[in-house]
Amino acid sequence: MVKPKFMEGPLKGNFASAYAAMDADVDVITAYPITPQTTVVEKLSELVGEEEFTERQHVEYVRMESEHSVGAGLVGASYAGARTFTATAGQGLLYMTEMVHWMTGARLPPVVAIQTRGITGPGWNIWADYGDILSLRDSGIMIQFIASHQEIYDSILQGFNITEHPDVFLPLFPAYGGFVLSHTAKPVKRIPWEEAQKFVRPKTPEWPHVWVDGERPIMSNALIMPQNFYTEFRIKIHEAQMNAIPVIKDTMAEFEKTFGRGYGNGLVVPYKCDDAEVLLLGYGGNALQAEDAVDKAREQGYKAGALRLRTYRPFPKEDLLHYIKKIPYVAVMERALAFGSPTGGAVSTDIMAICQRDPKARNAHIVPFIGGLGGRDVFLDEQIDQIKILYELKEKGEVPDRKYKMWDTFWTGLITGDKKVEVENQEYFGDI
Amino acid sequence: MAKTKIKDIIANPESRREYFLPGNSTCQGCGLDMAFRWAMKALGQNTVMISPASCSNVVTGLWPKSAPDWPYFNMAFAGAAAAATGMKHGLVTKGKGDYNVLVWAGDGGTTDIGIQGLSGAAERNEDIIYVCYDNEAYQNTGNQRSSSTPHGGVTTTTPYGKERYKKNLPMIVAAHNVPYVATASVGDPMDLYDKFMKAKKIKGFRYIHILAPCPPGWRYPAEETIQQAKMIVDTGVFPLFEIEDGNLTLNGKSKRLHDKNKRKPLGEYFNKKNQGRFKMVDEKILEELQMDTDRWWKWIDRFLVIQDYEEK
Repeated sequence: MVKPKFMEGPLKGNFASAYAAMDADVDVITAYPITPQTTVVEKLSELVGEEEFTERQHVEYVRMESEHSVGAGLVGASYAGARTFTATAGQGLLYMTEMVHWMTGARLPPVVAIQTRGITGPGWNIWADYGDILSLRDSGIMIQFIASHQEIYDSILQGFNITEHPDVFLPLFPAYGGFVLSHTAKPVKRIPWEEAQKFVRPKTPEWPHVWVDGERPIMSNALIMPQNFYTEFRIKIHEAQMNAIPVIKDTMAEFEKTFGRGYGNGLVVPYKCDDAEVLLLGYGGNALQAEDAVDKAREQGYKAGALRLRTYRPFPKEDLLHYIKKIPYVAVMERALAFGSPTGGAVSTDIMAICQRDPKARNAHIVPFIGGLGGRDVFLDEQIDQIKILYELKEKGEVPDRKYKMWDTFWTGLITGDKKVEVENQEYFGDI
Repeated sequence: MAKTKIKDIIANPESRREYFLPGNSTCQGCGLDMAFRWAMKALGQNTVMISPASCSNVVTGLWPKSAPDWPYFNMAFAGAAAAATGMKHGLVTKGKGDYNVLVWAGDGGTTDIGIQGLSGAAERNEDIIYVCYDNEAYQNTGNQRSSSTPHGGVTTTTPYGKERYKKNLPMIVAAHNVPYVATASVGDPMDLYDKFMKAKKIKGFRYIHILAPCPPGWRYPAEETIQQAKMIVDTGVFPLFEIEDGNLTLNGKSKRLHDKNKRKPLGEYFNKKNQGRFKMVDEKILEELQMDTDRWWKWIDRFLVIQDYEEK
């Protein structure tokens, strides 16, 4: 046994992705570089040749010529029964979109790590913004928002237990903020190979629903007429999403039991919610920072709690309602803009929808906040202000005004008249 | 190349087997149907095909019917070469690395939307066979122009005839320095069969470009498919050749057509009486088509000259 070069210590988020994929015993990796994902595929190209791995694993690492081909390659390899992994971001994910839909339609179980990045269109941007992954909200993939370096590793290691579960067979896209997590380093612990293999789902020669065998030939994806089962096939994807809810919970519970660390129940992660009067609900790195905001606000006498949405698809309706019913003043903070939607935010719209359908949550106050787009910092003060807004609402019965409120949504960090903004070229921009 | 005889096909139970089953929905006189049949006779059971959007997706059967008696995966238009790449690597990890993995694509899926994936797979020298069955337009969707449509050809998107020329895909693939590139015509099924027999024994990226006439798209009577597929070779418009590790050999009738005088006159083929789609071909277009045909042969000459030089 060759001694591993790295087992624990400070590790970049993207390297955590790479190690996790290897430790989850993937068969095929298709790769194409894009900022801020590049260091994932760079690291993997090294790891597949390192003795620690070559002495026990055979990984086919394919250097593709585009993200569309990366997606198609994953589909092809996955059809053959291989465990597959890749990573991409922003424009890359958009270019891969057709094949992402293919993965869900074909009910294939890849895990694809996303280093979220602002969509260019134009307004060229490469920094954290969940608009890329949320553009695939309705594609049938499972979406998880990851908030820390260790969680990146742990989520990918758990990934195949969820995707390859017989009740699920859908791809999982764990997403974390580009640069915020991808390029920063924090302590990460790898799980030793033998222990990891005891946890990770055992491999099978082929999937139950698709295989490559000359003796038992199948035809995949034949044209279906409207009167045949297209509708039913689509509903099956939705059903698989619903099935995934207990699978994600069970996987997290087992992981926590085995390795002694976990992230809520896998769906949501509560922080000081027991006695909270108002709730900061968010996802990704900002939601982790919200826990600090809660602590600071509590020093000032505000009894706030934080709830981190960890799994967005499937949507953890029951778990969210559990907290919203107890704490009916909720700020939903999003780092993505759904243009033209009721609130500007996909998550807040979803939360309003589940509240509407539950008599006990129907009167909850859901206040949408959007900020941090394209990597703009979201400051602790701004999150504390969200708590104050919720308290003003709680006391006066109506949502207060702020200069950065428009169309009933708060645009956190918006450059407004009374805000001093240091702009590199002030002369050019003039007074803002 | 040792040419297989029809009696050899009949004598061999493996090649006598029909893989493309009856009940499929090909049009009368479909060239693709013949290509499927003869290719599979050579490739055999342990073959998997990835087929991007094309006629072949539909003619192989609407769900839940299936005419191919071998594993067959319909794929997104631009994704075939990459999916075949992944399939091959996946099969390797699953102990099935001996499977023939094929892309089976039309000319639109190859020369237009699929060329990036094709080029990528060729450059990586993936261990797959890429087949383009060329019916010179998007025939599945009702005959729209592709970059493989010949100059002057009328399609539903070039009602006045195509202005530009047919893209020379075999030579583009050959420029990737892959181990095997070949052209074939359903008008010479034994040559086609032999090329698949040879291709399946070679490791690395193999490209076979099959001319597959289309009666409804090209506007000729269905019974003439073989005749059309022969004529396009006889006129020199579509030369049959193979390039093995950079060495080009002319095959079949094309062997003696290097001498321009031995080719049938182009006007016999590019003629509205021969194919309705050539109704806009006049003297000027015919001259341009002659120039284009000569250009295809110049590419062949370049290979032959290089070989000649290397031999010396």
